[in-house]
Formats: sequence, C-alpha cells, structure tokens
Amino acid sequence: MDIAIDVRDLVVDRGGRRVLDGITCAVPAGSVTGLLGPSGSGKTTLIRAIVGVQVVRSGTVTVLGQPAGAPALRRAVGYLTQTPSVYPDLSVRDNARYFAALYGLPRAEADRAVAEVGLAEAATQLVGTLSGGQRSRASLACALLARPRVLILDEPTVGQDPVLRAELWEKFHALAAEGTTLLISSHVMDEAKRCDRLLLIREGRLVADNTPTAISAAAGTDDLEEAFLRLIRDPRIHDPRQEARPRAPEGKTV
Amino acid sequence: MNPRIVLATTGRILRQLRHDRRTVALLLLAPPLLLSLLYFMFADLPTPPGQPRTFDRVALVMLGVFPFVIMFLVTSIAMLRERTTGTLERLLTTPLGRLDLLFGYGIAFSAVAAAQAAVATAVAYWVLGLTTAGSSALVILIAVVNAVLGVALGLFCSAFARTEFQAVQFMPIVVIPQFLLCGVLVDRGQMAGWLQAVSDLLPLSYAVDALREVGAHAEPTGAMWRDLSVVVGAVVVALVLAAATLRRRSG
Repeated sequence: MDIAIDVRDLVVDRGGRRVLDGITCAVPAGSVTGLLGPSGSGKTTLIRAIVGVQVVRSGTVTVLGQPAGAPALRRAVGYLTQTPSVYPDLSVRDNARYFAALYGLPRAEADRAVAEVGLAEAATQLVGTLSGGQRSRASLACALLARPRVLILDEPTVGQDPVLRAELWEKFHALAAEGTTLLISSHVMDEAKRCDRLLLIREGRLVADNTPTAISAAAGTDDLEEAFLRLIRDPRIHDPRQEARPRAPEGKTV
Repeated sequence: MNPRIVLATTGRILRQLRHDRRTVALLLLAPPLLLSLLYFMFADLPTPPGQPRTFDRVALVMLGVFPFVIMFLVTSIAMLRERTTGTLERLLTTPLGRLDLLFGYGIAFSAVAAAQAAVATAVAYWVLGLTTAGSSALVILIAVVNAVLGVALGLFCSAFARTEFQAVQFMPIVVIPQFLLCGVLVDRGQMAGWLQAVSDLLPLSYAVDALREVGAHAEPTGAMWRDLSVVVGAVVVALVLAAATLRRRSG
C-alpha cells in the first residue's frame, strides 16, 4: 500500500496553545480518508500543515515523497479551505477560470469543473449572490479543476442538501478509484461511514486510525456515532500506538 | 515570476473592480471634484505679482497626492481581503509565486491609477485652467508612479493589519506625515533642520519636487528625473518589503 501523506510526530502551537501534540499518521494513496474530531480538536491545523501553510514546531509532513508545501506539490495538491475561498465579486466561471490560469489550464477545464459541482446554470452569477452551499461548491470547483493527485478538503459538504451531498461523495469515490488520494474533514457521521479509513483526533492527539468498521468494533458498538462518543469521552485513550486496547479485534487501532 | 500568472492575476483584479461600479465611479470622480473644490477655495485669492497662482501650485501637487492616497487605501483593503477570506492561503498552495501576486496588484492598480490621473489632469487643465510650464503628460506619468508607490506601501502595510478597521488607521500614519512634510504647506527649505531630514526620507517629498519641476520648466529637467527615480526606488523597496511579509506559512 502506497502512502500519499505521511505525518510524523507533528507538533503545532498556535496562539501560545499546543494545537497538535505529536500526531503520527499515514494516508494511503487512492483512498478516501475521513478526518474527524470535535470542533477545536486540530483538524484544520492538521490540514494546513499538510498543504504546507502552517508553521510547525516539530515533526515532519511528507506528501507524495516531498516535504509539505514543496514547489513541486503545488500542482499535485488541491486544497479546499473551510470557509469558501473564492472571490465574491467575480462570477463562478471567472473564479474557476482564474484558478485554471494559475495552473496553465484552458478555460474549458474551468467550465468543466464548474459543471461537475452542479453549478453550470449559476456559472455567470457573482459568487457573492450565491447561497452558502453553492458558494462552497464554487470553491470546490476551483480545488478540483487541476485534477490534483492529492485532494485536501476541509468540510466540503457543509451546507449541502442530502442529494448534493450524496452526489459529491460519489464524485469523491470516483476520483479515488482513478487514483486520487482524498483527505476529507467532516462533522457528519453518515459521511464518516463512506470513508475507506478514518482519523479521529481529540485535543490535538490521534485517538483512532482505522477503517470505520474496525473503529466501531473496537469501541464495542455497531453504531459509528456511538463509537466516536465513547472514544472522545474515554480519558484513558491518548494514542492508539502507545496503548493496546483489549477490545480491539483488528489492527493497531484504539 | 511567471508572466502568464501575473497577467491572469491582473485580469482577475480588474474584473473584480469592474463588478464594483460604485468604486470605479468614486475612483474616477473624487479627484476632479476635490480639485474643483480647491479651485473655488482659491478663486478669490489675490496672486502676488511674479508668482504662480496659488491654485496652480496646489492643484499640481494634489494631482500627485490623490493617486498616492487613494491607491494606498484601495490596495491595503484589497490585500487584507485576500488574507482574511482565505483566498491568499489557497493561492499560496497553487503555482502562483509571491511576486506574481504583488506584480498582479501593482499592474492592475497602476492601470486604474493611469485612468484616474488622466481624468483628473484633463479636468485640471481644460476645465479649471491649470497652467504649467511643462507637459501634462509628465504630470500624468508622475501621478502614476505615485499611485504605484501607494500600491506598494499598501501591500506592505496590509501585512500589519488584521482587520479593515486597522487597515484604514494606517492611512493617517503612513500618508498624512508624508503630506504634511512634502513641502506643500510649508516649504521644505523653511522647516527646522530635523524636519527637513525626516522629509528627505519620505518618498512623497520627491514626487512633489518632481511635479514642481514640471510646473516651472518647459522641458523635463535632470532634477525631475532624479526625483522620479527616487520614488521608483522607494517603490522597489516597498515591494521587496511586501514580498518579505507575504509568508506561505503562517502561525
């Protein structure tokens, strides 16, 4: 199994507070990996470290064999920020075409990405006049259009209706089937079930790194949501690598 | 630096501006309106014999000051928006280089400044009867260089503001001392020595000197080109400082 993203002993301080406290994890290539954790647990900081815009205190982040943020990765890694980072005073199409131009791609590629996120009919609308969900899809289009080998998506489905959310997840799996590696942060448990693997972090530490089924089984329940609640609330759990948990039936996790 | 990316960025910034018609109208109309105000203020003032009209003296300087002030404000807010909305963070994960972005802003707002200076200068000469010994084209050239100075300082200062409230506060700090000491209110030669020394360090003083050369001489003088190159040098320094503040990684 190839590793697309390799994080080792990552420590990050923000605003005088330790946000990530020694995270070690690996994201297999061509998979959909979910990044879960309570709000404030460090998900976005981990994502920022992986795309190379976060100052880190110690540890390493390697993406496709290169240090995170290396110039060669700027064409290979697509990044969707949590708040839609598109220009509100430009149309959806002009936003996508601008980002396409940064990668030296033709306008047709930009228009294709706009259609892929279901915004073809709103393409000429200013982003500022769109609904929150549409705006976030406009932002997603700009992350998808360069067909990056690694896609880092910070809460891509917030504000989307169930139909669109299902369509987006089909899209994510289709991309993974073509070999794209996706790391997707989410709050929504039914999305977690759709992931090949899950990373669960709490207070800047990794508490689970396994398949959804294994995580549920390890927590002694069929229900993933219940499993997460147990993992999050269990004070004995600090790091899956340091503690062998008796209930865990498989793997290194929990 | 990648010319294709610079050009795409310039186009994007101008397209954003095109959607904001009120800002475009304000950019183009505010300077002529303010110049008209100056005209009426000085209309009934007697002119000492052998001296240029007070309006000619002040309006010429203001043609250089407006683009500097306005572009400083517009740029620092625009750049701050890139920082606060997350677009900057995303841009820095793409093949775009820091200089691509800075030059994109520089070129886009210089184009706007050229249009603004053309309108303001046309109104000053043809409607308000401004007379200068030198050519109006040189006035526009100096105005555009001043605008680029405003852009470069705006790009730099936006790094020190977290909010728009803070960004506008940099205007009085960066702009007003330069205006007070540039020689339009009190001749630089008549200021206390230490104030002259401060004034010598401020780029706007050279811009104003260059404009005065155009006001007094029919042909472009060596002093004018020297003053103008000092302003260009200040632009380069401000852009280098701005590039240094534009970090890919933040805390």
